[in-house]
Formats: sequence, structure tokens, C-alpha cells
Amino acid sequence: MPELTDPKPLTEATVAGVAVPAAPADPQREKARSLAGDAWRDLRRKPMFYISGLLILFLIVIAIWPSAIASGNPLACDLAKSQMGPTGGHPFGFDTQGCDVYTRTVYGARDSVAVGILTTLGATVLGSLLGGLAGFFGGIWDSLISMVSNIFFGIPILLGGVVFLSVVKGGSVATVTLFMVLLGWPQIARIARGAVITAKQQDYVQAARALGAGNTRMLLRHILPNALAPIIVVSTIALGTYISLEATLSFLGVGLKPPAVSWGIDISQASNQIRNAPHMLLWPAGALSITVLAFIMLGDAVRDALDPKLR
Amino acid sequence: MSDSTLEPILSVRNLVKHFPLTQGILFKKQIGAVKAVDGISFDLYPGETLGIVGESGCGKSTVAKLLMNLEQATSGEVFYKGQDITRLSGRALKAVRRNIQMVFQDPYTSLNPRMTVGDIIGEPFDIHPEVAPKGDRRKRVQELLDVVGLNPEYLNRYPHQFSGGQRQRIGIARGLALNPEVIICDEPVSALDVSVQAQVVNLMEKLQDEFGLSYIFIAHDLSIVRHISDRVGVMYLGKMAEIGTDAEIYDHPTHPYTQALLSAVPVPDPEAREHRERIILTGDVPSPANPPSGCRFRTRCWKAQERCSQEVPLLAVPSVFAGQDTPAAHESACHFAAEKDVVHAA
Repeated sequence: MPELTDPKPLTEATVAGVAVPAAPADPQREKARSLAGDAWRDLRRKPMFYISGLLILFLIVIAIWPSAIASGNPLACDLAKSQMGPTGGHPFGFDTQGCDVYTRTVYGARDSVAVGILTTLGATVLGSLLGGLAGFFGGIWDSLISMVSNIFFGIPILLGGVVFLSVVKGGSVATVTLFMVLLGWPQIARIARGAVITAKQQDYVQAARALGAGNTRMLLRHILPNALAPIIVVSTIALGTYISLEATLSFLGVGLKPPAVSWGIDISQASNQIRNAPHMLLWPAGALSITVLAFIMLGDAVRDALDPKLR
Repeated sequence: MSDSTLEPILSVRNLVKHFPLTQGILFKKQIGAVKAVDGISFDLYPGETLGIVGESGCGKSTVAKLLMNLEQATSGEVFYKGQDITRLSGRALKAVRRNIQMVFQDPYTSLNPRMTVGDIIGEPFDIHPEVAPKGDRRKRVQELLDVVGLNPEYLNRYPHQFSGGQRQRIGIARGLALNPEVIICDEPVSALDVSVQAQVVNLMEKLQDEFGLSYIFIAHDLSIVRHISDRVGVMYLGKMAEIGTDAEIYDHPTHPYTQALLSAVPVPDPEAREHRERIILTGDVPSPANPPSGCRFRTRCWKAQERCSQEVPLLAVPSVFAGQDTPAAHESACHFAAEKDVVHAA
């Protein structure tokens, strides 16, 4: 057995390849950092966070207060102006009913964004709760929750939408959201279950248990922060899908119904007329795309900020 | 070290862990069991290091998890100072955990990547607030970093900013935080490269002297185990094959499996290498779900006879050596135990 060398005290220089700020003179004074604090500091340095944040802020403002930038009435239509192109005072032109496309696009933000955000919130909370439960406790919980989510997975979304929404006779934001949460949570639950099972098997969770940590601490401090990244990614992408699903349901006549104003309704109406009046499709579809993009960018930035390895 | 006048700090008696093999999705039916650990007994005395060696899959890591109560034992007892810890739960278990800590194998997965080093080493104090008052914790964490040879200013860094050896030191610092008496090391150096292994092993020896720790050191590297251990146990397929002091095991092995293992240790001297005998075992390790009857090693043993398939050899001093004052008179689970010096054989 060769003689083993003494452990060398490791110095600053041994952390190779990592740019580290010089340690402050008095480590006692340096504030202890947390993941949330570090993530927030990291976010504030990202242009992507500002761009997406401003866009989302703007969307929320016009969703709450559309008359701030659109003075007209989205339901005041003049058939004489049907499918007319842009004119003075009406920069986006008119739709088939002769309504102002600009005003309708602005007013449409409210219901579209509301359905998208509420569905995402509902599906994410319900999905990660149930999926997390299934992954963490396993056994009979896992079998039960997985089976229920598989049943919901098996329902064709359009058929389910037609049946559910025509029975409920809704057409309001609440009923459409409820239906979409009902069919959307299994997707998040699957991701959450997998992420929690992966995190649960890591040695650091075993280490925490060996220290005597309870279930709450293990879930909140160890499993949740490590399982969150895939959930954030999937739910921000899903937000876009939910807004387009709302459009599809409206197109089929079971989603939001006129006189409700939504991008989905406008897109579905405009899609028949794309060759005659492309501007009718362009504006609501453009608004929808930018909204979805903004949420995906925000999700991306948040996920990156929560991963210390990418700093 | 294994002074019989001393009370063992940890006694393991007939520890068994069977993992059930099930079939079916909702209505699960047990169709068998993987006998990962099948009746193991040993003692750990204060201040000593007990090495446990054996090949992959022989149940070493399961023993570690059972000792930490991370897995529920199927049967058997683990006594910590006379108290059976396998049946404990809640507050009593938490109290015992203060005294038995663990260092994990893979320093890349044993530290939460989303926590700072300060939070990782400070977590034991959050869970056991009585160990360090709140205002004191930061200082305690920095002291621990210093003890394991890391810069105390690294508090706000994340694990990925450290090398493998440094991470293992962080893991050791976390294990030391509660001032435990026993540390269970599950292959603490096998994920590190050789030069760093030496640093970490030496650090562990230094800490043992400083804090009077007892170690259970699980490894498959025989040289490292010999370097650090006072006593060594050799495991094969969920059972202890042979146990004794390091000189007894390394220089006077009596179990054929130990002899085969030792004959595989690389010899640096080319002269000696040519003259020594290599025992090459045939076949694979049998499945622990369906182990051979009698002696578990008999399917690969060159000494196996009819008796080996019918009678399970007990872990005891073999009758041929009983009462004799030779180093070969240590516990060995073989019907035909015989001394054979494979390390120095010329």
C-alpha cells in the first residue's frame, strides 16, 4: 500500500473553470443567499425576462381596461363595411360583419388571456398536486391517480368538448375553463409524477431523510425545487395550446359564443375568408402568437433562473 | 480495537431484507423476493472502523440503508447502545439519527443542486435546532467547512461549482454537523479518482481521531479498506462470509471466497506477480432472488462437496482452528475452512 498524501487545504485557485467573484473580506457580513433570491437577481439581468414581462403586463392591462387603447365598441358593426381593408381610423380593417378588427382584437384579449391563464393555473396546480402525490407516495395512490389520469387522457378532446359543453350549456369563460382544466391536468400530472419520482430517488433526498427530515421539508426543500423545471416548461407551452383550444371550441360553436369577443371566435370566422380578406385572420392570429411567445419566453427565463448550473 | 471489555456501540443481529417481487398492476401478487441481505450479524465498537467488502450486488449498500433506517428491515435487529432502532419511528428515530449519520457514494447526486453549500451543511441544524442556536449556525457551518479542509467563504456557492473531491468533503461536513458517534460510509471514495481518494480517506482518518468517530466503511476496493479498517467483514450474496481484524482477513484468510477476492488484488511488483497464484472463479454470482441451497458460495467454490449444498455454514470460528491461538482462528462461514495466504504467496 503506497503512502497516502495528506489532504491539502483547498484554496481559491482549486475551483477551476468557474468565474467566482472575489470573496469579501469579512464573510460574516456577507448575506446568506437563497435559491429564490439568486433566481430573482438572475432574472433581473435577462433581457428576455423584461421583454416577455412587459408584453404580459401590457396584455393584462388591456385585458382589464381595453378602452384605454381602443375607443370603439367591438359590437358596433356596419355591414356596409364588410371585409373592407384598412382605412383611416380603422388601421386593421373590418371583418365580415363589418366590425372594426382593431377594436375586436383589443377587446378579445380579455377572454382569451383569461381562459389561457386560468386554465394553465388550474391544470398546473391540480396536475402537479395529484402527480406529485402519486410520485411521492407511490403504491395505491400512484395506481389510482395514474388510472384516473389515463381515463381522462383517453377522452378525445374535441368530442369531449362537444359533449360536455353542449350539456353544460355554458359558453362562458368559467365553463370553458372548467372543461379545459378537466382535460388538461393529466398532462401536467404525468410530467409532475415523473419529475417527483426522479427527484425522490436522488441521494440528497435520502440524505435529508437520514438527517431526520419530515415529508414536508423533503417535498418543499428538496423535491419541489428540483421537479419544478419540467412543470414550468410544459405548462407555459400548454398555455398557448389552451388559447388555441379555446379558439377551436369556439369555432365548433361550443366554446365562447358571440356576443363574447375572443381571438378564437375571430380566428375561426376569419379562417373561411382567408383568400378574400387576409387581414381578418392576420391580426387576431398575430396577437395570439405574440401572447403565446411571451408566456413561453417567461417560462424559459424562470426555468433558467431556477437552475444554478446555468448561472 | 475489538476489545471484548468494550460495549459495542452498534450491534447487528440476524438482519434480513427481502425485496418483494410482485406481479400485476392494481392487484399486486408477490411471486418471490430478492434476498438482498439474508441474516447478517456483526458488532461495531467505539472508535473503530469496520470495513465491509464484497462485489457489486452482494447487499453492502442495503446493509447501509438498513442501518440508517432508510429501508425497513424484514426482520432482525440493529441495537444502538442497547436500543433496537429498526422498530423506532417519529421522535425517537429522529433522536437516534443525530448519532448515526451517513456519507453517500456519489458526491454528484448526494448534494441538492439547488441549495447553497451553506444551506446544505446548515440543514442538519434546521432539522435538529437544539444542536446549534440560530445565531450560531453560520459560524458552525463555517467551522465545519474549515474542518473538512474547504474555504469557509464558500458558503454561498452551489455544489456544481466544486470538484468531486470537494463535494465529498461537503457531504462529510454535513454528516459531521450533528456530532454523530457513528458514520456509515457507503463507498465514499469509489466515485473519485485515485489521488482524490487518498485525500478523502486521510481526511476521514483525521476526523476519526479528532472526534472519536466509529465508521462502517463499505467499499469494493480492498486496498482502501485495508488502509482505513481495524476489522473487515467480507460479504457474499447477502451473507457475511468471513469477519476478523484486517491482519486476520488479509494475511490469514480461511474462507475460499475471501481468498479468491484477495488473489485478484493487483500486485505492483512484477517478480512477485509471476509467482503468485490467481484463483479465478468460474461462473456468475447466482441471483439473490433464487440463491443456492446450503452454502451460497458453493456454486463457484473449488472445495464444494455434498455437505455444502445441504448445510448452511454458520459464521463462527471454524472447528479446525477452535481453541488455537492463531490468526486463522476468526469467524469464517465455511465447512472446509483452511488457511491460504494468497497475498504473499510465492
